[in-house]
Amino acid sequence: MARRYDSRTTIFSPEGRLFQVEYAMEAISHAGTAVGILTKDGVVLAAEKKVTSQLLESTGIAEKMYKIDEHVVCAVAGITADANILINYARTAAQQFTYQFQEPTPVEGLIQTLCDLKQGYTQFGGLRPFGVSFLCAGWDKYHGFQLYKSDPSGNYGGWKATSIGAGHQAASSILKSDYKEEITLDEALALATKILSKTMDSTQLGPEKLEFATLTKVDGKLVLRTFSPDEITKLLETIKSTGSDK
Amino acid sequence: MDSLIGITGKDFVIFVADTAQARSILKMKGDEDKIMVVDDSKMFAMAGDTGDRTTFCEYVKRNLKLYEIRSGLTLSTHAAAHWTRRALADALRQGPYETNLLFGGWDSEAGASLYYLDYLGSMHKMPFAIQGYASNFVLSIFDRYYKEDLTIPEGLDLAKLCIAELNKRFLLAQPNWAIKVIKKGDDGKASLEVIVPAKQ
Repeated sequence: MARRYDSRTTIFSPEGRLFQVEYAMEAISHAGTAVGILTKDGVVLAAEKKVTSQLLESTGIAEKMYKIDEHVVCAVAGITADANILINYARTAAQQFTYQFQEPTPVEGLIQTLCDLKQGYTQFGGLRPFGVSFLCAGWDKYHGFQLYKSDPSGNYGGWKATSIGAGHQAASSILKSDYKEEITLDEALALATKILSKTMDSTQLGPEKLEFATLTKVDGKLVLRTFSPDEITKLLETIKSTGSDK
Repeated sequence: MDSLIGITGKDFVIFVADTAQARSILKMKGDEDKIMVVDDSKMFAMAGDTGDRTTFCEYVKRNLKLYEIRSGLTLSTHAAAHWTRRALADALRQGPYETNLLFGGWDSEAGASLYYLDYLGSMHKMPFAIQGYASNFVLSIFDRYYKEDLTIPEGLDLAKLCIAELNKRFLLAQPNWAIKVIKKGDDGKASLEVIVPAKQ
């Protein structure tokens, strides 16, 4: 029944649905889970890598985490090639803002610009939507630390804690019970790790399967940190030893 | 020739502008308001022929307003001044806007700020600034009497000194001057006050 309204992105179905957008979200539900948690001291992003192989050259090109500007980092779930286009667009948009205003782009404005682009692909041009969802963590002087989630439809929302990708339902239910507003950054890292360990297929956690990024302030200066494989190993050991992943 | 003066002090910016609109030897208008208000926290003093002067400042004002409405944020003086400079610089090698400006405002980050811009797209943040021939007479007044953290009454006295000097020594000085001030209000937010209106 749905078949007749599948092939054109720019048509509503009789029930008022946009099938291509829904199918895009379906593509994302096969991607590695990503979790984002907002704390008073900063934002934590953690993600499960799906493309793992001993033959893979770890040249430092990330699969899940991308820096957009010095004050914005995002985690990606979905078709990596689509994500690359959007990451590049977001990076350009951030610099264009700074070119005009000589200050860092406000985070929500950047998300809005990105989502306006995504929405365009659901309304005109006849091209399929991007099969990517984002978790964007950022800081600006207007609203401090923020976490946003956006999807192929071009909708976005601000979140305290959320997830995208394959295990997002399981992840969100754990977040609902375990997230507290007073959570510290270290507790958030442990919580994110615990969630990924529950939602991942394989049981062992290690730098080959996980990526982390944090956005915090150290001595009043903003620090955007994507963890290297050694740092991930150290982090996982710390979490295990303090027993906070139970 | 327009005379525009900007003075910053403790949490305020004062703009003083002459009110004559002239072509050659004819003074067409004596009550022109050359201080365009963007909002309670930012304003322009504009120099140049009416066409480019008002068109450009309207253009900047509307774009700044649009951004603020869309984003729900209030731009800092620094950001708004840089946007203005970028607009002048981009137009320079297409069809330049022949207008010189002073841009001033108050925000909670930087306090009071004043920027001097010219039609070529140069911009300088300054404690006091003058556009026009008036600078030949008034800069020395500032060099002598300006100090940091002036109060508003002290700033207005300084403005009066400048006007007196111009009226005495500048051939094209005008009898009528408009004065506006943007300051930090009692509620901690910026507020605008018209000290002397252009039309009297």
